[in-house]
Amino acid sequence: MLKTRIIPCLDVKDGRVVKGVNFVDLVDAGDPVESARAYDAAGADELCFLDINATHENRGTMYDVARRTAEQCFMPLTIGGGVRTPDDVRALLLAGADKVSFNSAAVADPDVVARSADRFGNQCIVVAIDAKTVSPGKWEIFTHGGRRATGIDAVEFALLVEARGAGEILLTSMDRDGTRAGFNLPLTRAIADAVSIPVIASGGVGNLDHLVEGVTKGHASAVLAASIFHFGDYTIAEAKAHMAAAGIAVRL
Amino acid sequence: MACVIVDYNSGNLHSAEKSFQRMARETGAGEIVVSSNPDVVARADRIVLPGVGAFADCRAGLLSFDGLFDAIEAAVRGRGVPFLGICVGMQMMATRGLEHGLDTPGFDWIGGEVVALTPSDKALKIPHMGWNDLVIDTTHPVLAGIETGDHAYFVHSYHLATADNSDRLAHCDYGGPVTAMVGRDNMVGTQFHPEKSQSTGLRLIGNFLNWTP
Repeated sequence: MLKTRIIPCLDVKDGRVVKGVNFVDLVDAGDPVESARAYDAAGADELCFLDINATHENRGTMYDVARRTAEQCFMPLTIGGGVRTPDDVRALLLAGADKVSFNSAAVADPDVVARSADRFGNQCIVVAIDAKTVSPGKWEIFTHGGRRATGIDAVEFALLVEARGAGEILLTSMDRDGTRAGFNLPLTRAIADAVSIPVIASGGVGNLDHLVEGVTKGHASAVLAASIFHFGDYTIAEAKAHMAAAGIAVRL
Repeated sequence: MACVIVDYNSGNLHSAEKSFQRMARETGAGEIVVSSNPDVVARADRIVLPGVGAFADCRAGLLSFDGLFDAIEAAVRGRGVPFLGICVGMQMMATRGLEHGLDTPGFDWIGGEVVALTPSDKALKIPHMGWNDLVIDTTHPVLAGIETGDHAYFVHSYHLATADNSDRLAHCDYGGPVTAMVGRDNMVGTQFHPEKSQSTGLRLIGNFLNWTP
């Protein structure tokens, strides 16, 4: 049977791994390629690189990091951050990404998802949705690192990008990101239940029970975390063992 | 002595190339060449056909390089060169692909059709994306050292439903059996991505590079 994936996320700025607490205070936490290699050896199921300020500083994404990682790590790699056009997708795929993640650009123009999926296949098109709770049971899309409200309903947007050909959704709760208080489970479940494509839960993991809840209560197909792994609080193996003990099928 | 990875603009071949190079180095196999040139394919000792995206796009991509489709056919069926198809490259080995309402011919080396995954459990997501455990149906030299229960990385929405069960070397379960690997004569194909399947995938690549059908 298909296993629930555990995906360490490497937020990258200026070629270095960082983890922003609510996307503001950044702490330097290492070289991305070295980190990728360590996670490969540790049995991570996939890797995710997000170029976290590519959009607002208009910087290109990290072709060199992608290329060097793909040369050493024979595991799936998703890259996002500042991706605007099908040509950006192509450049990242050629550099070594397996999947490319749209964020703000998909909000501004959902058709870019369709144009990219038609050209490269929906298996490699991820849409990253950053959402905040605006009222109980109601979540809104935010862009530009969580600084810009859009008024767009998160569940409706998830259905829209699925219809446009997204192959997967990377869902980040902006309320929770960096807080270590756990995933926003109602949000995760609302979107995972609404769409038929896989949903990766992200934002707020502080302990291993949170990973379990993302699957059992959030209905996510995969769980993404950064700090708890980067700073050595838990290993990938510990996370998998904990999830397996909770009855979740993982690749051990 | 060259193993040619066929490049027909189907996407990222970088990690495929690097994984084959690494295993060629580790197992003492020959050179790895990435090419879309039919003359290079015609001289190849081994052929790898990767592929992502849609079946019809894959065929159109191959046909967009003059002589490439026929060069692969001639090398694999005429000369009996060992062949490995990956993902949609594996699906191209089928008689036809039925994707997006199109009926598109494949190489027709493995009888069967490429059809949409229809898991019995409607809660199962499409695409089938992630690590699934292999069930080996038939032992094969390219599967040496790989056992039932080992995991491989899949990402696809269609699979090759073989007409003859003996052509299926391995499957996995996703709301029903999903073809994971096919093989006949000098040809094998994997629905999963060996170049993304960590140690299991690298082992399979090494096996293929040293396989004498």
